[in-house]
Amino acid sequence: MRIALFITCYNDTLFPRTGQSVVRVLERLGHTVEFPLEQTCCGQMHFNTGYAREAYPLAKRFVEIFADAEAVCIPSSSCVAMIREYYPALARENEDAGMAAAVGSLLPRVFEFSELLVDALGVTDVGAYFPHRVTYHASCHGLRSLHLGDKPLRLLRAVRGLELVPLDGLEQCCGFGGTFAVKNADVSAAMLTEKTRAVLNTRAEVCTACDNSCLMHMQGMLHRQFADVRTLHLAEVLANTEVVPA
Amino acid sequence: MNLVQLNPPSLDPKTAPPFPAAAKIDLRDTQLRRNVARATDTIQRKRAALVEEKKDWQALRDAGAAIRREALRNLDGYLLQFEERFQAAGGTVHWAANAADANRVVLDILRENDAREVIKIKSMTTAEIGLNEYLAHHNVTAHETDLAELILQLGGDQPSHIVVPALHKNRQQVREIFARSMGLPDLSDDPEALTAAARQYLREKFLRVKTAICGANFLIAETGGVTIVESEGNGRMCLTLPETLIAIVGIEKVIPRFADLEVLLQTLPRSATGERMNPYNSIWSGVIPGDGPKNMHVVLLDNGRTRVLRDAIGRQTLQCIRCGACQNACPVYRQTGGHAYGSVYAGPIGAILTPQLEDMRYAQSLPYASSLCGACYEVCPVKINIPEVLVHLRARVVDRGRRKLASLFDQERAGMMMMAAIFANRRRYEAAQRLARTAQRAVRHGDAWYHWLPGMAGRWTETRDLAPLPKETFREWWQQRGRS
Repeated sequence: MRIALFITCYNDTLFPRTGQSVVRVLERLGHTVEFPLEQTCCGQMHFNTGYAREAYPLAKRFVEIFADAEAVCIPSSSCVAMIREYYPALARENEDAGMAAAVGSLLPRVFEFSELLVDALGVTDVGAYFPHRVTYHASCHGLRSLHLGDKPLRLLRAVRGLELVPLDGLEQCCGFGGTFAVKNADVSAAMLTEKTRAVLNTRAEVCTACDNSCLMHMQGMLHRQFADVRTLHLAEVLANTEVVPA
Repeated sequence: MNLVQLNPPSLDPKTAPPFPAAAKIDLRDTQLRRNVARATDTIQRKRAALVEEKKDWQALRDAGAAIRREALRNLDGYLLQFEERFQAAGGTVHWAANAADANRVVLDILRENDAREVIKIKSMTTAEIGLNEYLAHHNVTAHETDLAELILQLGGDQPSHIVVPALHKNRQQVREIFARSMGLPDLSDDPEALTAAARQYLREKFLRVKTAICGANFLIAETGGVTIVESEGNGRMCLTLPETLIAIVGIEKVIPRFADLEVLLQTLPRSATGERMNPYNSIWSGVIPGDGPKNMHVVLLDNGRTRVLRDAIGRQTLQCIRCGACQNACPVYRQTGGHAYGSVYAGPIGAILTPQLEDMRYAQSLPYASSLCGACYEVCPVKINIPEVLVHLRARVVDRGRRKLASLFDQERAGMMMMAAIFANRRRYEAAQRLARTAQRAVRHGDAWYHWLPGMAGRWTETRDLAPLPKETFREWWQQRGRS
């Protein structure tokens, strides 16, 4: 399959290894990855903060760039949720029939990374090897908007050497919430404190998720606490094999 | 320890401090946070078990949402139908456009009946219009009879939750309040002793006071019935013993048919208190000679609701049946409790209802008091898409600001405009990525993390570190790879 990668703006800038890992996993499975260089941002930050007017051109831009893709892979559940839940509404509010039609036709081809593997490509064992104790954080958008359910867990369980430990309070938000983390910094930090405590209680070496935004948030406090836990996007866990170790 | 509230929190959205400022103070009250987390955990656990056993739960949510939407779509017709049926059964209906109207109507009825005291059933609507304070100002004493409301009244406190208004107090604190205000220094904190003390205190009032004031869970258009569900039986006392009964009800509380209760009385108690059914379910439809109150009044309160109906996305807020499940599920509410919201309606539903009732002129910080985690929408028994409304209201807040000159100097707005311009163009975006890295080289040595950042980003580094920008972006790696 020819898979177009929408890396998302923050992964592009802050987490290039996540993108490299997505490419490695998909190519290992025999697929062709394309990266349209015109891509920038899906508009989520603007939309969620109240700047719907500024988000709309970004939404249009995304739809135009990926209109002809066979499948779009996005390693960020909150960006997928933005596109799936709010692009149709944005097109409707702007009374843009052309955009509405384009969104409607594109959406069935848009996949979050674990969805792409499990649903579209039908694989759970991607040939990975990762001999570490790992816990999984279900990001809110993955959990409640995309209903990822146990898809990421099935992928993790198939990784050789990986010991998966459950995280208490899985359904609890880490407190990131985009600009919420700075606009309501005190509440955000209180929520994050509960989350990092749960992560530390697992004694895992690595906390993984389908969203680097939650992980960046958790990593921020864990680093401040000198905690010995790494945060890694699911793709970075799955990219490792016996030949290319972590 | 601050057991009796000396400075009750302001729950008037017009004067309350913004959410982040109020939350910062409440977050320091570790006892309150412990009480809130413990209470909401317990209710959530009970709710989850009962929802699990209903195999048709999602269908019940759909049906509940459909009933509420139908009521709101034809609100004018159903309200008139209710008025006609209720008056035909011997009751009186009053229409109040705002809080002042409603308070005046109530006072007029009380004066007609020469009432100096009233007993009250727990009602968020009377809290919304500040009825107790208004009556006190006019020398009428209101006695709260709901156990939790009684705790708040005696402790000089304010409600922090729609269903469990004293949820932020634990039983040791309740004991302290009762012991002090009822003159019972030897009272134990055993729940049975506490309820016995409250019963003793309240029974005397039930038998003496001739006027009761309540809200309503539902108004039934078809039968002219007023529905109240409760757990203690104190409400039933207020509904049956007095001579005069006055219900103050938001106009959105109407439902079309009696049969609609079949759905809503399954979802409401499960969502609200984690019970299959409320112990007391009362429906009163007018006056019956020789049995119960002789004068029955319903005050229909608008107070901004009609305006909320005009907003195509915001109007779903009025579907709310006040179960409080969103508050129990909310990770923000869990940390702060209800008072930080500066409104009698706290938590996710308060964050969307309050600013709309205030026509977006006050409580503008509330739509931002959420991480948009979606837990509220997931548990809502009438499927109000709270995250959707939150984001919609944020856009209304931002759009109001666009017209103001001061917005030109707003750091957030300037940042958002700059980012929008950068994301609009690939070359600009790539240049910004390079520029950020150049700037980093000027201030960073090696791989050191950021422990301090300027401006708004500084709120991040108060409690969190930030990794430095990596040496290359993904797109640089990709292009490099293509060449080799």
